[in-house]
Amino acid sequence: MTDTFFVPLVWLILLPLLWATLAFMRGPDRGGRLAIAGLAAQLALASVLAGDIAVHGPRNHVVGGWPEPLGIALVADGLSAVMLLLTQGVTLVLAIYARSYFKPGASPWFWPLAGFLVAGMNALFLSGDLFNLYVTLELVGLAAVGLVAAGGTAEQIAAALRYLLATLVGSGAYLFGVALLYGSYGTVSASLLGELVGNDAPLAVWLAGGLMLGGLLLKTALFPLHFWLPPAHGGAPAPVSALLSALVVKASFFLILRLWLGPFASLAPQIAWLPALLGASAILWGSWMAIKTDRLKMLVAYSTVAQIGYLFLIFPLLGSGKLALQAGVLHVVAHGLAKAAMFIAAGTLIKISGNERVLGVTGTADRLPVTVFAFALAGVSLMGLPPSGGFLAKWLLISTALAQGQVWIAGVAIGGGLLAAVYVFRVLRLAFRFSTAGDTIPPARPAAQLEWTAFALAAASIALGLFAMPVVSLLEGVAP
Amino acid sequence: MSINELLPLAVIASSLLPGLLIFTLPEGNIRLRTTLNLFGALAKLGLVGALLAGVAAGEDYGFRHTVLPGVELVFKADALALLFVSLSAILWLFTTLYAIGYLENAPHRSRFFGFFSLCVTATMGIAMAGNLFTFFVFYELLTLATFPLVVHRGTPQAIRGGTIYLAYTLLGGALLLAGIVWLNQLAGHSEFVQGGILARLASVHPATLQAAFVLLIAGVGVKAAIVPLHGWLPQAMVAPAPVSALLHAVAVVKAGAFGVVRIVYEIYGIEFAQSLGVLVPLAAIAAITILWGSLRALFQNDLKKRLAYSTVSQVSYIVLGVTLFGPIGTIGGLVHLVHQGIMKITLFFCAGNYAETLGIHKISEMDGAGRRMPLTTLAFTIAALGMMGAPLTAGAVSKAWLSDGAQAAGMAWAVWVLTASSLLNAAYFLPIIYRCWFRPAPASWPHEHILPAGRRETAWLLLLPPLFTAAATLAAGIFATAEFSPLGWAQLIAEREYLNVGK
Repeated sequence: MTDTFFVPLVWLILLPLLWATLAFMRGPDRGGRLAIAGLAAQLALASVLAGDIAVHGPRNHVVGGWPEPLGIALVADGLSAVMLLLTQGVTLVLAIYARSYFKPGASPWFWPLAGFLVAGMNALFLSGDLFNLYVTLELVGLAAVGLVAAGGTAEQIAAALRYLLATLVGSGAYLFGVALLYGSYGTVSASLLGELVGNDAPLAVWLAGGLMLGGLLLKTALFPLHFWLPPAHGGAPAPVSALLSALVVKASFFLILRLWLGPFASLAPQIAWLPALLGASAILWGSWMAIKTDRLKMLVAYSTVAQIGYLFLIFPLLGSGKLALQAGVLHVVAHGLAKAAMFIAAGTLIKISGNERVLGVTGTADRLPVTVFAFALAGVSLMGLPPSGGFLAKWLLISTALAQGQVWIAGVAIGGGLLAAVYVFRVLRLAFRFSTAGDTIPPARPAAQLEWTAFALAAASIALGLFAMPVVSLLEGVAP
Repeated sequence: MSINELLPLAVIASSLLPGLLIFTLPEGNIRLRTTLNLFGALAKLGLVGALLAGVAAGEDYGFRHTVLPGVELVFKADALALLFVSLSAILWLFTTLYAIGYLENAPHRSRFFGFFSLCVTATMGIAMAGNLFTFFVFYELLTLATFPLVVHRGTPQAIRGGTIYLAYTLLGGALLLAGIVWLNQLAGHSEFVQGGILARLASVHPATLQAAFVLLIAGVGVKAAIVPLHGWLPQAMVAPAPVSALLHAVAVVKAGAFGVVRIVYEIYGIEFAQSLGVLVPLAAIAAITILWGSLRALFQNDLKKRLAYSTVSQVSYIVLGVTLFGPIGTIGGLVHLVHQGIMKITLFFCAGNYAETLGIHKISEMDGAGRRMPLTTLAFTIAALGMMGAPLTAGAVSKAWLSDGAQAAGMAWAVWVLTASSLLNAAYFLPIIYRCWFRPAPASWPHEHILPAGRRETAWLLLLPPLFTAAATLAAGIFATAEFSPLGWAQLIAEREYLNVGK
């Protein structure tokens, strides 16, 4: 027991469950302060864990002391550490924002649902076997659907139902795949499966891989399976949109990456062109829709569809060296920070102007300079302009693509940056436009928490552009 | 960290930190904002002075920071960097003073000066970049920091001008990025080294290196406003006068021209570029730009637009000088980087003075302006004569070295281009000067904001900066042979660049 007591891996899962349960017991709208305290503690734990991994390499822990397959194996390597840090950090800032954003009764069960969501994600980043991963996937999916629906408007319920359908079909397909694997090899341990699949892969295993990949792509909302994302992310309250876009879609991406590099490493190279092709299409389609849409949060949501595309461009490049993996993970982190910042900045803009449309931004650079600045900084990272984490990710991606002769991937990455510039500056130029509307209405200043949280996240995505070495060196030890 | 590492960082910080602080200041806090602005500008001048003395004595200043494995942010304050750094640092001080006077009582000044400082920070980064990666980081930062200044007024025209500016510069940035990553791939790094780094890549097919050259030059050519990539510059005229000064003299077009210098001399290497056969086409494009800009300037009635086309033409003098193989042409191009800045900023200050004081925007409205505003018009006249290459001005020095360089490089046609451009310069500047001094003034000015008081024809802060820079135009011409003159420094650079050729 004392051994378990000091293991960060376990507490990263237990703590959010604990504060979520407490928040639920205390009733509607309660538990925000507790959540912030919990998240701060989790962030500290994740940092300790990351430091530990950086020095000693991957950590394992078997809950309860039973060996596999009876016990639950937790594993944490550099990739898990990066995802855990990102998740705790972003959620902590979003929690501060949410406490100020939600009026009483607006989303009464936000805190318990957010807690279960974070617990699910942390467990997902730490699980070592495919069945437990399924359980965490369901937990994340259901909590996320709950968060979308929690606002309670008809539009939100409709979006949540669509989301529910997508997430259930996605995890169902995944579970079916796991069952097929178990039938073929009699184990669901990720580490054991790698060797087994490498030795002999019957048709059932190919089918399993296809189902799992398809299900996870649906959950990651890769084009053309993105249909559920814009209404869910665009329609949810701002802190929820930020959680979903910045973190939740990355969880299923993380899982794809794990399977790709782990159990299916021997099969994956043969179909690597498929995710890349879909990714390129996602960049074009998502950007195009973001350029066209007339609602601000829809613009940000379609930007997510496009940015997810970049994550899949790395797959044909994963074969040689670590650069492609670093590019992908750096993009996950940069996008996570920037997109969370952009969603909550958009939320503040909408809250103050009372206008959901892109045009509602007109003239806000006067009245909400900090928020517009945060939006702009986040935009810089999304466009992949320097100095920002998004830029370094793009630089790595283009370098790797050119080194491996995949010139089209470099072209898509550069072109996608220009498309992103079109939709980002579509908003910013309106913000700088001189508006007369502000003269008659006395400008309402939002709470500092609303403005500066967005700014902090955006600034972090910029700072990542100068101090990315810790993230990159954490990934050094990750296979392959 | 040693002092030689700290100094370049301090040059960056001396505008970055005041800029960031200014963003947070409330609009009404004029005194603190002005203090911060001037403190930053003066501190930077002091630091640059220290660097100049050190580099002349042979010191090396540099700073490295690893951002990714094998990718470094490198600052290097060498002689070439300092040419641009000193120009920008000096002109920044004058432009700041001018902007304080120009924007008196205008809205959003904290935002304005914040981005203004960021622009200069980016320019310092561009000047001191030690490799193409660093250059690109600050090149794009400059784009981002100038956009809010171009659209500062928030009018539909301003927004339109800003959008066109962005479209051009971001597209240019994308080309540049592609070129840089490609080159990094080929050469393994993109460090600026005297004499270039590509000469040893004999195994790479020349067509590959030529294609990369086109990408890189197109990328920086957008900011340098090389025809046909110049379309943004006349459109960006909607910006307030201090911003125009910044775009045309201190930062943006200079960043482009400076990029051409670094790429030709320290990436490709002048000899290798010559053997690749990329210099002559570039010289031809520069020549076309010089003539096209001057021709278009002739037909503009809007004063700032005429000046903008004049910039298009004059900046390509620098590019032309770079492509003239041989140290004399190099010196001509480099010295014009400074001279064009001093002269063009004077013209833009004056144009701003006419607009702010009398409401004059068009050349047809300038009749008799010299009698109402003699000092401003004197400054304007000196700078315009300099642009034509009249004796005793900075322009004469540039032109003489460029012409000699063209002769030495065996490109006599370039001499004709320069002569034709001088004539065209005369054709579009002399009528303005004539109107100002010799035509009778109208009964009333279009929109007189500032009334004369004694000898003061307009606000002091608007008047003094152009007088200083006009005096500098003369000084750079008359004292060209002094050790620390722009010409002296350009000779030092050329000496070091050509000494290292073939190493």
